[in-house]
Amino acid sequence: MIEISNAGQVFGPVHAGGVRALDGINLTIRDREIVTLVGPSGCGKSTLLRLVSGLITPTEGAIRIDGDKVTAPRQDTGIVFQAPTLLPWATVLENVMFPSTIMGRADDAARRRAHDLLKVAGIADFAGHRPRQLSGGMQQRAAICRALVHNPSILLMDEPFGALDALTREVMTIELMRIWTAAPKTILFVTHSIPEAVILADRVVVMSPRPGRIAEIIDVNLPRPRTFALAGDPEFQRCAERIRSLIFGEQGVRFDVQH
Amino acid sequence: MSSTDLRRWFNASREFTVPLLALVLLIAVWEAAVRLFAIPEYLLPAPSRIFEDTIAMGGVVGNHTLATLRTILFGFLLSIIVSLPLAVLISSSRIFADAIYPLLVLTQSVPKVAIAPILVVVLGPNELPRTIVTFLVAFFPLVISMTAGLMAVPPELIELSRSCRATKLQELTRVRLPYSIPFVFSGLKAAIALSVVGAVVGEFVAAEKGLGYLITSATAFFKVPVAFGAMLILAILGIVLFQLIVVVERIFFPWAAAEEPRS
Repeated sequence: MIEISNAGQVFGPVHAGGVRALDGINLTIRDREIVTLVGPSGCGKSTLLRLVSGLITPTEGAIRIDGDKVTAPRQDTGIVFQAPTLLPWATVLENVMFPSTIMGRADDAARRRAHDLLKVAGIADFAGHRPRQLSGGMQQRAAICRALVHNPSILLMDEPFGALDALTREVMTIELMRIWTAAPKTILFVTHSIPEAVILADRVVVMSPRPGRIAEIIDVNLPRPRTFALAGDPEFQRCAERIRSLIFGEQGVRFDVQH
Repeated sequence: MSSTDLRRWFNASREFTVPLLALVLLIAVWEAAVRLFAIPEYLLPAPSRIFEDTIAMGGVVGNHTLATLRTILFGFLLSIIVSLPLAVLISSSRIFADAIYPLLVLTQSVPKVAIAPILVVVLGPNELPRTIVTFLVAFFPLVISMTAGLMAVPPELIELSRSCRATKLQELTRVRLPYSIPFVFSGLKAAIALSVVGAVVGEFVAAEKGLGYLITSATAFFKVPVAFGAMLILAILGIVLFQLIVVVERIFFPWAAAEEPRS
């Protein structure tokens, strides 16, 4: 369980024009829950993800995972960035093994697990290839395998499909849910895409900017397994509409035609 | 071989044959011009004359070449040995970078030809001052490109290694150093070419052997064809050493050859 209590983050000195990125964030994420963070640029959603990962520590409040205060990166979290950030000199398999190697646990069990993950992700045939020989979508699959190789209970994803084309993006979203169904984990997922946020989430956390605050938390009551065919479902549309109105205001986006 | 086959063969090997033909043409024009206008040998010797005189000195020229090669390699190795730790320090400490950068620029703004005689007085007329002059000429681009490589690691890659709880040393050996390899090789290529220059500068000032010494002594006795021969050997030496680095990179770091920053 991830407990974020009264967390705030100020970059730079508070009294001398520091930038307040997050303010008074309270959020509890249950085990094996998928929570998506959505909001306009500058609402601090990536900052919140980095707080949970332990890459940065909050200037106010605290993050706890299973009761322990997060002060540094932990072994039970895996992280996926917007860019695949694969090591260009290493093969796909070596890249997937990277966390295990760093943690000094690159044993046969880890190697078997890496192979299994590559198989699940459908890129087992490319285990010996270098990243530049792979398409963007395949590179990001490898990055997801890498985040999962040390079998973390929490997966943190920072706009992982943001750099992919729209079609690959939908495929990857469905793939992620398939992987999650096979081995459920707690997932915190940052995205700009409203449909992506709704289709993935048990709950969507909508954030508002300057300073980053939680505007509303929306429960998504859609059955699993899900596909994008659900986009026509009234529940999907209710959630998407609600997010849209929270982000753009009740009237939605409109062009000012008074002049 | 039919004419289409011939054309296809020519197209396939064009990047190789065109420069070769240009070179042969240049030598032919040079030879013809020297003979036609009866240019005196001490002004511009004909290629055939350069070749004859250099070959006639065979073993002697060979020894001079080996001496120069030694200086080049010592200076080049010293550049690598000094540059790598320097680049690591510069890239990992802001204070060290601020302290060392002005000094580095200073060593580059002092003309090396001016340092060489001073070094000979201080260190004596032996291999050491030549090696140091070679090093001084060659190491700067190496430090700069190694540092650039260590600094060019995308912040996300650093975040990734930190999220895996990598130590600072692991971050250096598993991410920063391998990431800088393409940059290191572009620095090595610049450094080897400059090492040839540095070695010759060192030999001009104080040496009793080496191609630089051969050029000064040959011109002193108006043996211009031999001086030309030494110059051409230096050029060939530079090209061969440069290509050797290209080959090492292709064999041991094929991924780096593809990633290398274009300069």
